[in-house]
Amino acid sequence: MREGHFPSPAIASIDKSATTTYCHGLRSSDEADMSDAQQPGGNRWRRFSEWDERPLRLDKFAVEDPANGFAASGGASDPAPSLAIEAGRAASMDGVDAADFDMIDFFIARYHIDPEIAEQAMALPSLDVARMLVDMNVPRADLVRLARGMTPAKLADVVAHLNAMEIAFAYSKMRARRTPGNQGHVTNAKDDPLQLAADAATAVAFGFDEIETTMRVSRNSWSNALACCVGAAVGRPGTLFQCSSEEAEELEIGMAGFTSYAETVSVYGTDKAFVDGDDTPWSKAWLASAYASRGIKMRCTSGAAAELLMGYHEAKSLLYLESRCLCLQRAMGVQGTQNGGIDGAPLASTVPGGVRELMAENLVAVWLDLECASGNDARMSESQVRIGAKILPFLIAGSDLICSGFGTIPAYDNSFNPSLFNAEEMEEFLVLQRDFEADGGLTSVSEDRTLDVRRRAVDVLAAVYDELGLANIDEAMKQSVVLASGSDETESFTPREAAQISDRIRERGITVIDVIRALKTRGFEEEAKNLLFLVKLRVSGDYLQTSAIVREGRVISAINDPNEYLGPGSGYRVSDARRRELNNIRDVLDREEVLRSEAVFKPAEEKRIAYRGMGPAPRGSDTREVIIGLSPGFGTEIYRTLAGHSLAHVLSALREGIEAGGCSARFVRMRHTADTSFLGLSAAKLSGSGVGIGLQAKGTAVIHQSERLPHNNLELFSNAPITGLDHYRGLGANAAAYAKGEMPMPVVVPTRGEAMGARFHARVALIFAIETAIAEDGLEPEAVDVTFLEE
Amino acid sequence: MSSKRPGTGDYPLAEQRPDLISSHGGHSLDDLTLDAVARGEVTLDDLRITPDALRLQADIARDAGRETLAINFERAAEMTLIPQPVIMEIYELLRPGRAKSRDELLQAAARLRREYGAEQMAAFLTEAADVYERRGLFTFRF
Repeated sequence: MREGHFPSPAIASIDKSATTTYCHGLRSSDEADMSDAQQPGGNRWRRFSEWDERPLRLDKFAVEDPANGFAASGGASDPAPSLAIEAGRAASMDGVDAADFDMIDFFIARYHIDPEIAEQAMALPSLDVARMLVDMNVPRADLVRLARGMTPAKLADVVAHLNAMEIAFAYSKMRARRTPGNQGHVTNAKDDPLQLAADAATAVAFGFDEIETTMRVSRNSWSNALACCVGAAVGRPGTLFQCSSEEAEELEIGMAGFTSYAETVSVYGTDKAFVDGDDTPWSKAWLASAYASRGIKMRCTSGAAAELLMGYHEAKSLLYLESRCLCLQRAMGVQGTQNGGIDGAPLASTVPGGVRELMAENLVAVWLDLECASGNDARMSESQVRIGAKILPFLIAGSDLICSGFGTIPAYDNSFNPSLFNAEEMEEFLVLQRDFEADGGLTSVSEDRTLDVRRRAVDVLAAVYDELGLANIDEAMKQSVVLASGSDETESFTPREAAQISDRIRERGITVIDVIRALKTRGFEEEAKNLLFLVKLRVSGDYLQTSAIVREGRVISAINDPNEYLGPGSGYRVSDARRRELNNIRDVLDREEVLRSEAVFKPAEEKRIAYRGMGPAPRGSDTREVIIGLSPGFGTEIYRTLAGHSLAHVLSALREGIEAGGCSARFVRMRHTADTSFLGLSAAKLSGSGVGIGLQAKGTAVIHQSERLPHNNLELFSNAPITGLDHYRGLGANAAAYAKGEMPMPVVVPTRGEAMGARFHARVALIFAIETAIAEDGLEPEAVDVTFLEE
Repeated sequence: MSSKRPGTGDYPLAEQRPDLISSHGGHSLDDLTLDAVARGEVTLDDLRITPDALRLQADIARDAGRETLAINFERAAEMTLIPQPVIMEIYELLRPGRAKSRDELLQAAARLRREYGAEQMAAFLTEAADVYERRGLFTFRF
């Protein structure tokens, strides 16, 4: 066989251009021009040009520069930990005298520092405390108690001793609630309420404990709130819901009963950033109490690099400033925090150690006994590898709310900006849960179920709109929304119509009670009950406690579901039932599925080829014969190769090649083995030329010679999924050449680095198991008369 | 309410101690049914949290070692009595540069004490007034 029969260069050029096009789509035009200037032709190792095209190169990285705030930890002006208590009050803290305390210092010293514990806690060497954090024998409660006596600099100093793995482990041990959960964004580019309702119901079906919406146009807040609140009532009760909007309006919407939690109350690590954010610790604490006074669950938000973005970092490190934010939040008396970079995560990720710092600040949060909605939120990279790496520690450690949140809608519909994970990557997340047997709070949903809940949600919203006289929703709108993946595909409300609906809701003072009544009147009893359940949570306030979510109609929190990790066998463990849910991703193969899918090909194959058993195969004497040794299930259980070729066509191609090489083909079915090497060697031993071909039903083939050791063959074609009929023809011709004592050019089946194992090995193993089950020791090879019926 | 303060063992109150919970209108949790909502017997006001419930949650938080959370719930208990416009008005006053002098905050504190009996919140505002003055937050912002 000659070179050039095989399409390797063509495949290479197609794949390369596909990659190039994809990446250029992401690049800005000047970046593309710059890279053109560095195209091959100059004196450059071309690997760099290839690296230029990777999505990673869209990420920008910053030099470590502590004086200008670009430091994950160890900032130029980070203070050494210190605390002096006089008369039960802090006389100085982290190098600042009480008389010079800024607002944040004052608030932390006044409300966070517990003078009873401070002396003991501050006296412990930071390295010792760091070791306690990763010591499974030191209970969480002991460490939480110590944190109450530690200053921001001390907390930062301790966690700075931990490497990334230790941080993840300590996080797992220190988080407040045992059962992990997740939060999702439900938004769209048109603020279309009908799509919001369908997407909220879908998010609930996937298992999100909290869903959060926001708007492209701020006046649409009431419409967004009502639509999500109604959609989230489909399927099960208890998914908490938030509408992120302007402070005053958000509280109004909460008081109208549409929302059940809030997390937009941001705090900052420097006074100037705080004031630029138009607040003070006292105004924020006032808001925190205001939410609680209305029975609404609330957490603050803070995250690395906010101060750097706002220009007031005081030459302090990301970790130290965030430690201040977190102490402040505990001081304010909020139950929890959304932290881990949040909007600053992309910037934090540009500095050395920035991603580790994001983990470290999450650890400080849970160490301070705060509920932690742990970021994994703003998309911090264009690189899928960096994104997967970012989520993993939290997935395996567990978190109160792993993402804050996960984009349940396509990235372009995410009005918060794209999340680390969006709808596009939903199935990747579900598979990661299954891979690591880790509970990320989500559960696979069948195609039928998604259609059911989406249909139900649009019907429910249409009924509410009609009953309250808000707008008419017709069948075409419903149908387009139910089937749409994103707002590009919907024929529904425009942003202007959404604004009109929103104004009507606000002006008419519609509350959740009106919605519940409308649902009841229209016969949507289940959704009415689910919505009432959520509003009723306010009366007892149980869900205001730390880390509260609702599971199976019950409030669980750090109080009745505390994380009491003390090593293997303790803490959160995936139950058998939950494990079955995590495993239940779609399209999984089993033996029956393989046999069922093969059976579909049987009728067509029977029109192409007939095999007739002729009794025990004799040893040949024709020196120009090549024996093709077929596997036990070849053409009887399995009818096509992994590449999808009909086995009849494969045999025909082999025979053609052998005959073109001047030899003849003889077919023998092996019944004692299904192994490629032994199929080939057994065939070779029966062959008059001493050359045989072993051929498995899945298409793997070998050329063998009778005197060789089993696994030392002449040529092996192990990549069945990419082995084409031309390759089999070439293989036949080469076998004939070997039979004649020639030395042919080996046939090369070119790969482009596809993950063949990932794509095929589950099916390979199942097919092989089917074949080995038929094989039986001692059964003789059988001569087979093959008739090609298409000739 | 029994004289013994509740603790973590009484949580969740809705399940463990529903006897301790009633709505602003005096309804028990069991009374807050869908039918009652449909009949108009239960209003949004009945679905608000009460000062008593917040104080009970403060007790539970304190028992769980969360003193600052308990204090927040106690502030919130006082705030349940403060109407929404007043809450937003004082929030606005606490933002940087809104109050032009210490006195404005002290007057608001006096009002909280006088009209709503909100001692803790009043003290909180007084404290803010002192710090704002020391940190120069009463200056005019463009």
